[in-house]
Amino acid sequence: MIRQEPTTSRAPEGTAPLFEVRDLTVAFVGESGPVPAVRGLSYALSRGEVLGIVGESGSGKSASALAVMGLLPSSATVSGSVRLRGEELLGLSDRRLARIRGSRIAMVFQDPLSALTPVHRIGDQVAEAVRIHQGVSAAAAHDRAVELLDAVGIPNAAQRARAYPHEFSGGMRQRVMIAMAIANDPDVLIADEPTTALDVTVQAQVLALLETARRMTGAATVVITHDLAVVAGIADRIVVMYAGKAVESGPVVPVYADPRMPYTIGLLGSVPRLDRPGRPLTPIEGAPPDLARLPQGCPFVSRCPVNVPVCRTIEPALEPVARSDRRAACHRRGEIAFGRIGGAPVFPLPEIASAREESPRDGRPAVLEVRQLVKRHPITTGVVLRRRIGTITAVDGISFDIREGEALGLVGESGCGKTTTVMQLLELAAPEEGRVSMLGRDIASLSRDGRKHLRREVQVVFQDPFASLDPRLPVGDIIAEPLRAFGVSLDRRHGRVRDLLDLVGLSAEHANRYPADLSGGQRQRIGIARALALEPRLLVLDEPVSALDVSIQAGVLNLLEHLKVHLGLAYLFVGHDLSVVRHVADRVAVMYAGRLVEVGDADEVFGHPTHPYTQALLSAVPIPEPGTERQRTRILLDGDLPDPADLPSGCRFRSRCPLFARLPPERRRRCSDVDPPLEPRSTGDHQSACHWARDNPILPAGAGRSRTGRSDTD
Amino acid sequence: MSLPTDPFLAADHRLVPSAGGRTGAPEDVVVLGRRRLVLARLRRNRAAMAALVVLVLLVVAAVLGPVTYRWITGWGYIGQDRTALLQPPSAEHWFGTTLIGVDVFAQTLRGLQKSLLIGFLAAVISTGLAAVVGAFAGYLGGWVDRGLMWLVDLLLVIPAFLVVAVLGRGLGEAGWPVLTLLIALFAWMITARIVRGTTLSLREREFVLAARFSGVSVPGIVFRHLIPNMSSLLIIDATITVATAIIAESGLSYFGFGVRPPDVSLGSMIAVGTPSAFTSPWLFMFAGGLLVLTTLAVSVLGDGLRDALDPGSTRRAGR
Repeated sequence: MIRQEPTTSRAPEGTAPLFEVRDLTVAFVGESGPVPAVRGLSYALSRGEVLGIVGESGSGKSASALAVMGLLPSSATVSGSVRLRGEELLGLSDRRLARIRGSRIAMVFQDPLSALTPVHRIGDQVAEAVRIHQGVSAAAAHDRAVELLDAVGIPNAAQRARAYPHEFSGGMRQRVMIAMAIANDPDVLIADEPTTALDVTVQAQVLALLETARRMTGAATVVITHDLAVVAGIADRIVVMYAGKAVESGPVVPVYADPRMPYTIGLLGSVPRLDRPGRPLTPIEGAPPDLARLPQGCPFVSRCPVNVPVCRTIEPALEPVARSDRRAACHRRGEIAFGRIGGAPVFPLPEIASAREESPRDGRPAVLEVRQLVKRHPITTGVVLRRRIGTITAVDGISFDIREGEALGLVGESGCGKTTTVMQLLELAAPEEGRVSMLGRDIASLSRDGRKHLRREVQVVFQDPFASLDPRLPVGDIIAEPLRAFGVSLDRRHGRVRDLLDLVGLSAEHANRYPADLSGGQRQRIGIARALALEPRLLVLDEPVSALDVSIQAGVLNLLEHLKVHLGLAYLFVGHDLSVVRHVADRVAVMYAGRLVEVGDADEVFGHPTHPYTQALLSAVPIPEPGTERQRTRILLDGDLPDPADLPSGCRFRSRCPLFARLPPERRRRCSDVDPPLEPRSTGDHQSACHWARDNPILPAGAGRSRTGRSDTD
Repeated sequence: MSLPTDPFLAADHRLVPSAGGRTGAPEDVVVLGRRRLVLARLRRNRAAMAALVVLVLLVVAAVLGPVTYRWITGWGYIGQDRTALLQPPSAEHWFGTTLIGVDVFAQTLRGLQKSLLIGFLAAVISTGLAAVVGAFAGYLGGWVDRGLMWLVDLLLVIPAFLVVAVLGRGLGEAGWPVLTLLIALFAWMITARIVRGTTLSLREREFVLAARFSGVSVPGIVFRHLIPNMSSLLIIDATITVATAIIAESGLSYFGFGVRPPDVSLGSMIAVGTPSAFTSPWLFMFAGGLLVLTTLAVSVLGDGLRDALDPGSTRRAGR
């Protein structure tokens, strides 16, 4: 599985690598001189090899890919060497590069929506890629396009080729992008964050497809991503980038098992893992340096817990690690082994405040009770006389409750209705159908005043810390806003702002700054501080960390855990990242097409999922450990969520259900005739909605929720 | 550097360059509100401060100038000097005299007084109306939106000049406040439509949702979040309106509505003086110069205010 190849950039005589990048540097024009984006990146790839480039935002990973493709704006200065089969690509004219781009080097972009032209048919766009480089007739190119679309798994390709991009889902568009990329049998395939915008089940499909594409074309593949787990699954070798430089490189297995650069150690320690739920996360303190003003010495020094004086003066080069075939850029790489230095972990495990006495769940009062909640959107036509031509049922009779001090994770793919549910709850408006009660009060019976009072108890933290803070308000005013709305006096407001900033780990001076001055992690802390201002009992967290980098995310997750324990908060945690939900939630509700398909204790649901959808979701989540990751079998789901205006009869999941496909016909009939209700399973209050549910542990063994946590040594 | 003792406070704040590098006890830090921060930022903007000084001087000149001038030279904007008809500037008549011997300096100051009042009032009223109507219509939607937009469309199709002319005629001497109101009343509709459009996109932003879910009332959201986020648009609109209102008033005066002789405004002086611009330039030059100065000062101050309100603007310009 792992090729034992020389990983030094200098290949032995005679076997020149297929694709070689050496000392690549990219600098953009800044206000005060050039801003380096990539500072000397080298790697080499042979045929069929997969290289994963991992880094956080601003690490220069995408800039390096664009530089290789010659796609950077002319204002950027690129130097170094990029060789394809010995031919130098840097400095070629745009016309000559255009002949190579798309035919010998192909790229798959992050955003499949903007990478396709909206006004041309899918088939024509793929055919164009074929015609430009192969000079065949239009008809032949079209036939080849259909063939390619079929190869990337687009059902009914001949017909779908006539569709426009907007008629395709995100996953389907990414398939089209891959079809275009492999149209000319490229030597090198560069995928820049190919799955970042996609749901986890679709991500699994696309990753599998990338693997197929690599096998079909034999192309050397570069996968650029921020997701360590994705790299663990598909790459042979990995390059970790930080502040424009490779800080660690080598074959995937040893790098994950025994990283030598503290940044890699920190990154691996800050990823929440589905298979180790109880393990505390180790956030990396601070934020990446400003590339325009890089400090002297190692760029990681200010965030590094084991720095020594030499780190501040001399920047370490990427040098070989003794007795291994990999490299790390750290002065202390020789002392670090298995995440430890001199016997102590490089990133000490933070103490998780677990001093909460676990009173039985039934004894605690319910903060939120939802019973058979329904939310419909009418589809109307006409401008003057609106006629109702149909209804979309976004949420169709869901029930759950949240007890005091408990975190419920609401999980589902985009379009399943989880955001609609949350908005319906936050509006505090009477539901169309069903009943919602908060803190024992029925929302439908509330007066205007009562509703306003209830607002104090339910607050929200949004997903995007850049959109959820008013850019024109200073932080102090943002945090004080809820207090102001409830008539708290100015003096007390200011005192409270200071307390809240302290509580979320910021300093009081931040009150006089604007959101634009702060990093993503700090902004999200401000969002949390605002939500806590009124001392609510229930906090709705709508994907609170999905817009943050991994190392920052860990700090915010730890903060949420801390607040939950210390303030006795209840959380409704909405998320699509199951690893994060696993880390935070005590209970989990899995949502599919407007229904809950499985509800229960987090350990139960994740450890013994009984609904085929939950099983598929869990199997699709990659785990950042190459050994485990490659041995797992994926349950790949076909297609996308069903059209909410035209749901299948009976069980909604049956159109994609792997279990349904294997059932004998007489059993299938029950699935297509009878809508399965939530029914209790084995133990406790674990429920799932499947006629033929059975326990199928998906995750590797050792997934028990142990609070002690295992160190990174295994 | 070691890890902080409390891992939960492993905040990323250390790397933010703090203003003076000061990290005192939290009690020392004064939480400033937006108003004080914006004022402090405005005060640091030298061009805006200069413009503000110019504007204040203009206002002072317009208010106290006529009295002082009469005390020094004995001339007001009404009296005629039959010994000096159409004379160029001199020690006696600082800006010269008109065809019938009225002192141009006294006229200019009087005109400045009228025009400043008309320009500023019209700008504040029309931009304010546009902001409030547009933001409420866009934010509330539904019937409120439809009603208000219907009103906007109605006012857009009514020939404004005709209405002002008809109404202005019957008002006589006390007509200028009403005239100002009418000018403002017919100047806000297009801006209101733009404001409404901007609001429609702002209203979906999460910070507006966050404010709503933390119990902020509708007016609170409109005045604290929506309007400040459109301040660039509104300030530009207001600065333009100051100039256009002064010009519009001169157009009306030219046709005999609004400010009528012997009373003068900058606009009416320019209108009267332009035909003889080459033979006796003093008739319109000073009035025109003051009009340019006023609009210039207003727009520089507006720029400064916009920068002070928009935290992103200094970042772009300053670093």
